[in-house]
Amino acid sequence: MTVHEVYRLIGMLFDMNAIVTDRITKSFNGFIAVNEINISVKEGELFGLLGPNGAGKTTLINMLSTMIRPTSGTGTVHGFDVVHDSASVRAAIGVVFQSSTLDEQLTGWENLDLHGRLYGLSASLRKKRMHEVLDLVELSHKSKLLVKTYSGGMIRRLEIARGLMHHPKVLFLDEPTLGLDPQTRLHIWEYIRRLNQEEGITIVLTTHYMEEADYLCGRIAIIDNGRVVAIDTPEKLKSAFGGDVIILTLDTSEDAKKLSIVYKEAGYVSISTKDQTVYLNVKKSEEAVPEVFRTAFTSGINIQSMTVRKSTLDDIFIHYTGRGIRDELVDDITYMKYKLQTKRR
Amino acid sequence: MGAMLSFQTVYTMWLREMLRFKRAKSRIVGSLATPLFFLIILGTAMGSSYNIENYKEFMAPGIIAMVLLFSSIFGGISVMWDREFGFLKEILIAPVNRFCIALGKAFGGVTTAMIQGVLLMIITNSFGVHYKSLLGMLLSIPIMFIIGIGFISLGIALATKIESHEGFQMVMSFLTMPLVLLSGAFFPLSKLPDWLKIAVHLNPLTYGVEALRFTLIGESEIPIVVCLVVLTCFAITTTAIGGWLFGRMEV
Repeated sequence: MTVHEVYRLIGMLFDMNAIVTDRITKSFNGFIAVNEINISVKEGELFGLLGPNGAGKTTLINMLSTMIRPTSGTGTVHGFDVVHDSASVRAAIGVVFQSSTLDEQLTGWENLDLHGRLYGLSASLRKKRMHEVLDLVELSHKSKLLVKTYSGGMIRRLEIARGLMHHPKVLFLDEPTLGLDPQTRLHIWEYIRRLNQEEGITIVLTTHYMEEADYLCGRIAIIDNGRVVAIDTPEKLKSAFGGDVIILTLDTSEDAKKLSIVYKEAGYVSISTKDQTVYLNVKKSEEAVPEVFRTAFTSGINIQSMTVRKSTLDDIFIHYTGRGIRDELVDDITYMKYKLQTKRR
Repeated sequence: MGAMLSFQTVYTMWLREMLRFKRAKSRIVGSLATPLFFLIILGTAMGSSYNIENYKEFMAPGIIAMVLLFSSIFGGISVMWDREFGFLKEILIAPVNRFCIALGKAFGGVTTAMIQGVLLMIITNSFGVHYKSLLGMLLSIPIMFIIGIGFISLGIALATKIESHEGFQMVMSFLTMPLVLLSGAFFPLSKLPDWLKIAVHLNPLTYGVEALRFTLIGESEIPIVVCLVVLTCFAITTTAIGGWLFGRMEV
């Protein structure tokens, strides 16, 4: 058992909280970005903040990492108040921001070295940690190259490595895989998991990728318009909502509307329609399918095709916020392009 | 431990500037071409046209001061680029004193500026500009330091307030150029009309030019003690303001 594992175990046994917020709020010129959010994250947890762009995730992280002051309410990280004891909070956390904060004119090695110096690591400890974190993210062979020659995935990995240099107790990851290709994303997921499990670091990450939150996080808070609309484990969120989705394609959209009303009267709780498609959330599709067919048949509506799948966090997100998280995706790419353009000016 | 950590912070920021300097060496040395053209062409032309003796010697300290000014203000304003490229966040999130960060940044920038100033001093000397003594040349180096610190902190202060590249252009054309032109780098102070004389004496760079003239060619119109007092006060004031504004910066 490593020290970290012991630490984690103690944390879990005594229910120690790494992060607690009490009605934490931030408004910018009257616009409320974060609205009285109460969350508590336990030591050793991998906690996800899930929500569309502009939901308030980054603002919340910025407050917890002392980058901005809350308008009202309080937050503590690793036992320190984010406003009154911000220096202690800063020493205890690592932050990987949404956009790169590396010095591109320097090499990866130099970036890490400067970071170690800023956090007061001794020369020998610095060297040891640099080798460790570079190994972890598999960048040892690239460490002598200038960061401006790195790919997007390498930059992200180096940032994560740097965030770990000083052994933070809590690591904040703001959209760790935004704009990365699927393979790199999978890689970074593995790192994040290992950090949490092997080093026992409490991790809070924001994402608007459902599968990311589902795959990584022990618990998820769904955030929309600055408020927490749901908070639980991915499994519980999914099972509370219904384990399967039945998707029916009909002849016309009128049929879809008609059928959804019929189902509502028949006692189905979660129904949505889009064009000529009807989505039904059910506990167990095996039992529900015959009944679904019978109901459609008796009301005289023709079913063209049917698909059954396990419900995903996407469905839950739509349920709580009334819109698909994916709707933001196009905006997202435009945004990234815009950012790249402005950066290269 | 607190004091050590502060020193470590200043040193780290200085080190970063030096690492960047190492890579931009050729560009920074290349930037000495413009002031050299000034000195060789303008210096020779003015000297021969108006029959001024030793005009090049008179102008050289002014040109050195000009390079220090450009390099320092530019170095300070580079905080703006740090903000744009994100590195500023990495610094501001670190558990260190922000004043120390600003100070380290200033020392780093001023080191670069001094290297340029010293290089220019040596090059002009080898081009036939005659300086009084080696001691004088050595004494110019601490003066370059004080001039540099003053203007780099001014640059940092401005960078905390400037949001855009347009703002940067404004600073360059409405601050840097007038400072150079009103500094007595190109003309003697004694025969100026009153309004110009007042403007020149209000300009901190004038005292830098005069101080360098004292150490390099052995004569200055403003007493060296006055120059040193004004330059030191200017440096302390801008460092205090720059450090304070930097500490309050939000990203």
